[in-house]
Amino acid sequence: MKLELESVVKTYGSQHALDSLDLAIENTLCLALIGPSGGGKSTTLRLLAGLESPTSGTIRIDGNEIAHEDRQLREYRQKVGVVFQAYNLFPHYDAITNISLPLEKVHGYSREKALEKAEALLEQFQLTDHRFKKPAELSGGQNQRVAIARAIAPDPDIVFLDEPTSALDPEMTAEVLEAIETLIESKKKLVIATHQMGFAKHAADTVAIIAEGKLVEVGNSALVIDSPRTARGQKFLKAYLKF
Amino acid sequence: MSFVSLFLGSNDRSETESSPISQWASFGAAILFLSLVLYASFSALEYQWNWESALRYKKKFSDGWIATLWISALSLFFAFLIGSLATLCSRARFLPVRYLSMIYVELTRGTPLLVQIFFFFYVVADAAGIQNRYVVGIAIMAIFSGAYISEILRAGIEGVGKSQLLSAKAIGFTEYQTFRYVIAPQALRSSLPALAGQTANLIKDSSLLSVIAISEFTLNAQEVNAITYSSFESFFPLAIGYLILTLPIMRLSRSIENRLRFET
Repeated sequence: MKLELESVVKTYGSQHALDSLDLAIENTLCLALIGPSGGGKSTTLRLLAGLESPTSGTIRIDGNEIAHEDRQLREYRQKVGVVFQAYNLFPHYDAITNISLPLEKVHGYSREKALEKAEALLEQFQLTDHRFKKPAELSGGQNQRVAIARAIAPDPDIVFLDEPTSALDPEMTAEVLEAIETLIESKKKLVIATHQMGFAKHAADTVAIIAEGKLVEVGNSALVIDSPRTARGQKFLKAYLKF
Repeated sequence: MSFVSLFLGSNDRSETESSPISQWASFGAAILFLSLVLYASFSALEYQWNWESALRYKKKFSDGWIATLWISALSLFFAFLIGSLATLCSRARFLPVRYLSMIYVELTRGTPLLVQIFFFFYVVADAAGIQNRYVVGIAIMAIFSGAYISEILRAGIEGVGKSQLLSAKAIGFTEYQTFRYVIAPQALRSSLPALAGQTANLIKDSSLLSVIAISEFTLNAQEVNAITYSSFESFFPLAIGYLILTLPIMRLSRSIENRLRFET
């Protein structure tokens, strides 16, 4: 995957979430965005996923600029998958419907085909026993795995994960990270905003540190995390090592 | 149990749960207490009961009760249509439509039903040449209740979380699909208790249609009153007749509320 962000600015009212962010990477299968909370990683991810449009600047993915116009933006969103921190599953549908509904309504699958695909994904993530349960009846880890299954079901070009484990305890975090690892093994292109440094280091091939709405540094994941070059990067990662 | 704790309720249902027998006993005690108060009041009044003359007109009561049932059912159906339409309009992009819906809801909710009944009956219906007063009555109740239903639905729609909308967006749903599969089912579900309550209100409020001589339950009771020179002998059956309709609905509303609390 190739990403190019050029002087991307995103403001919410008077607040600058992204303050002229530049980022260029290529030949990356899994990109991890790390950095302090409120620093701009989630905003970057939302812009990349086409959920919001930048205030100014351009974003190109694999050479194609992300559109601003509603219709084209929706077409773009149909080709990518998004996983949210709070799962954002539909509470009134059971697990299997959460996965099959978008396939049926957005991607033109027949109901049988959609259910078949959903079944297969539930099995892949060891959720077959829970397929008829609603989100309220599932644990956080199970919900997040359903959400991942929902995101990858239509076979998207890229999957964006916005702090997928930040709401989970260590055990559930592990089960979700394992699920994400299987995506990496299957060569799915991923962009993940995360606070899991260990995971970012071994699972991602490129890491970008984003803080105060700007890119701090970017590079090979092990190099950036083990020996950051910038003072800001060192400060951020030192805080992780300390406790 | 201290004196204060008698009144400070607990939100935790399991704490207040007790055996069915003691529940019935408590219920019976409450009923007994209220009956005594009622009995004492009437004793002080030295009211001369005369049930026989009132009961001779029981057909009038049952006819009125059935009329109320029909008027309420039909009004409810149209109130839903009007309420849903008003809710849709209140979200319209075209501003005049949005304001029209807003004005309708505010005016209807802000003025007494009695005034609306007179206004519609003597002005609007007359101008429109509608002769059948039952049609007018049902239309008035539907318009009146529709405003409340619209507010209930609007609150339900606004209660659907932002994260749900974001999720629908991420999936690539169109606006219609987002409404159909994400917003509407959740909004309707969360509105159900309030909608059931509004249904009970509609049934009670329909009693005001008696002022334009629609022979529903209340008017018929008033007529029995006038014929037999009684008062409470026709008002008691009237109250009970309404309770038979409203109590089950309010219980239903409560049980839906409890089930929803469990689900989320």
